[in-house]
Amino acid sequence: MLNEATALEGGFSNPVLNAQSVFRAVMDAMAKPATIVEVDAVVTPPSRLDRAAGAVACALIDTDTPFWLDATLAESTALRAWLTFHTGAREMATCGDVAFALVGAPQTMPPLERFAQGTQEYPNRSATLILQVPSLESGAPLTFEGPGIRDRVVLAPRGLPQDFAAQWKANRKRFPRGVDLILTTGDAIACLPRSARLVEMEG
Amino acid sequence: MNAHASNYNFAYLDEQTKRMIRRAILKAIAVPGYQVPFASREMPMPYGWGTGGVQVTASILGPDDVLKVIDQGADDTTNAVSIRKFFQKVAGVETTTSTEDATIIQTRHRIPEAPLQEGQVLVYQVPIPEPLRFLEPRETETRKMHALEEYGLMHVKLYEDIAKNGHIATTYAYPVKVEGRYVMDPSPTPKFDNPKMHMSPALQLFGAGREKRIYAVPPHTEVISLDFEDHPFEVQRFDKPCALCGAEQVYLDEVVLDDRGGRMFVCSDTHHCESRQAAGHRGEMSGEALS
Repeated sequence: MLNEATALEGGFSNPVLNAQSVFRAVMDAMAKPATIVEVDAVVTPPSRLDRAAGAVACALIDTDTPFWLDATLAESTALRAWLTFHTGAREMATCGDVAFALVGAPQTMPPLERFAQGTQEYPNRSATLILQVPSLESGAPLTFEGPGIRDRVVLAPRGLPQDFAAQWKANRKRFPRGVDLILTTGDAIACLPRSARLVEMEG
Repeated sequence: MNAHASNYNFAYLDEQTKRMIRRAILKAIAVPGYQVPFASREMPMPYGWGTGGVQVTASILGPDDVLKVIDQGADDTTNAVSIRKFFQKVAGVETTTSTEDATIIQTRHRIPEAPLQEGQVLVYQVPIPEPLRFLEPRETETRKMHALEEYGLMHVKLYEDIAKNGHIATTYAYPVKVEGRYVMDPSPTPKFDNPKMHMSPALQLFGAGREKRIYAVPPHTEVISLDFEDHPFEVQRFDKPCALCGAEQVYLDEVVLDDRGGRMFVCSDTHHCESRQAAGHRGEMSGEALS
C-alpha cells in the first residue's frame, strides 16, 4: 500500500530559491568537470535515493523531460511516486530516448551508448545521467583533462561499471554526440560532461 | 538580500522557463561553442536590447549574487542602467559597477579590462549567434556545416578580406574556434577582447533572444581566433593612451568634442577608467573643462 504522505513530502521547501541554488551547484560542477561540489540538498527523497540526486532531479526534470529509472530504483514504488509528484514528469519504461536517467546501481547499468546520444546536428538532444555512487573519493582514481579543467584533475568514484574507462573513451570519441554524467553521493555531486577526456596514466 | 517586487516571480521568469533554459545551459557547457536552441520568451523589452542575455541571467541568478551590467564597457549607458534596474526590481539582487565585486556580469559588446576570476560568470548579449550566417543564410545548411566541421567558407571570407584590403579587416565579432571543434561568434565584441576569452578562469555564457540560441565557453578553455600563418591574428592598437586616466593596452572609444575636428580617446570600460583615476592616474585631458 502506497503511503501518500511519503510521496507528497520531502520536496523543495522553497521551490524557487532551492531550485536556483541546486542548479548553480550543478552548473558550477559542469563547468569544473570531475570536481566535487556540495549541493545545498534541501530535499528528503525516499530512502533509495541520495539527497543530492533527489535535489538535482527536482531542479532539472519537469513535464518536458521524461525520465527513466534503473531496476534498483524502479523497485521502490515510493520513490517512483515521489519523483512523479515532485517533477511532474513521465517515467518511461525504456532508457533509449529519455532526457534524464536516474541510476541507483551504476555497476549493472546499461552501457552508455544505449542512452540518447543526440545527433551530429543536434548534440544537445542527448541524455543526462544521474548516477548515484557509494563514494566520490575512495574508488580507483581517474584523471581527466579538457574544457573547464586547468591542467588535470583526479576523481575517484566508487561503484562505476567495470569497463567505465573504455565506455567513457568511446563516449568522448562520439563527440559532439554523447551523454553527460552527474555523479552523486550523499550531499555532493561531480559532473562529467562529454567534453572531459580520460587520461591514460603510465604504470 | 533586498526584497524584490512581490508581484513578480523571483527574477521575472516562471520556473518552467528557467528549468528549460538551465537545461540548455548545461548542454551548452558540455559541448563548448555549440549553439543550443531554446524556447526564448517574450521579455518586457524589445529584441535587440539583450533579451537573450537577460533570460540567461534570470535563470542563473540567486539572491546572493552581485550583478554588474555593461553596455559597450560602460555601466552608465541606457541598456546597462535599464537591465540593472530590471533585476533590482524583479530579483532584489545587489548590483555593482565594480568588475572585481560582481559574481555575474552581463555584457553587451565588451569584456571588462580587469582580469576575471574563478567563480565569476560573464553573460553575453548576442544579436546573431551564427558565425556563418552572412556567408550562408540557410539554417539547415549552417547546421550541417557545424555538424561536419566544414569551416572552409569562413577562411575564404577572411582571405577575401586580405585580398581586398591587404589585411583581415574584420574588427568585431571576429570568429573563434573553441577547443579545436566549433567555430563560434564571440558576439560583437571588438577583436581586441578575443584573447581575453582564451583560458579565462570565468564561465562565459552567451544568450541570443531573437535567434533563440544559448552557447557557452567553460573556464580554462581554448578559444583561438581564426587566422593564417602569414597573416596572424592581431588586435587593435591605439596611438595614444586614455585621455582621462592614461591607461595603455586598453580598448578606447573615440569621443567627438566639437565641430572643428576636436576629439579625445577614452577607456570604453568606465569602471576601469574611474578606478584608475581614483588611484591618481591622469591622462592628458583629465581635469580640463570641455567647451
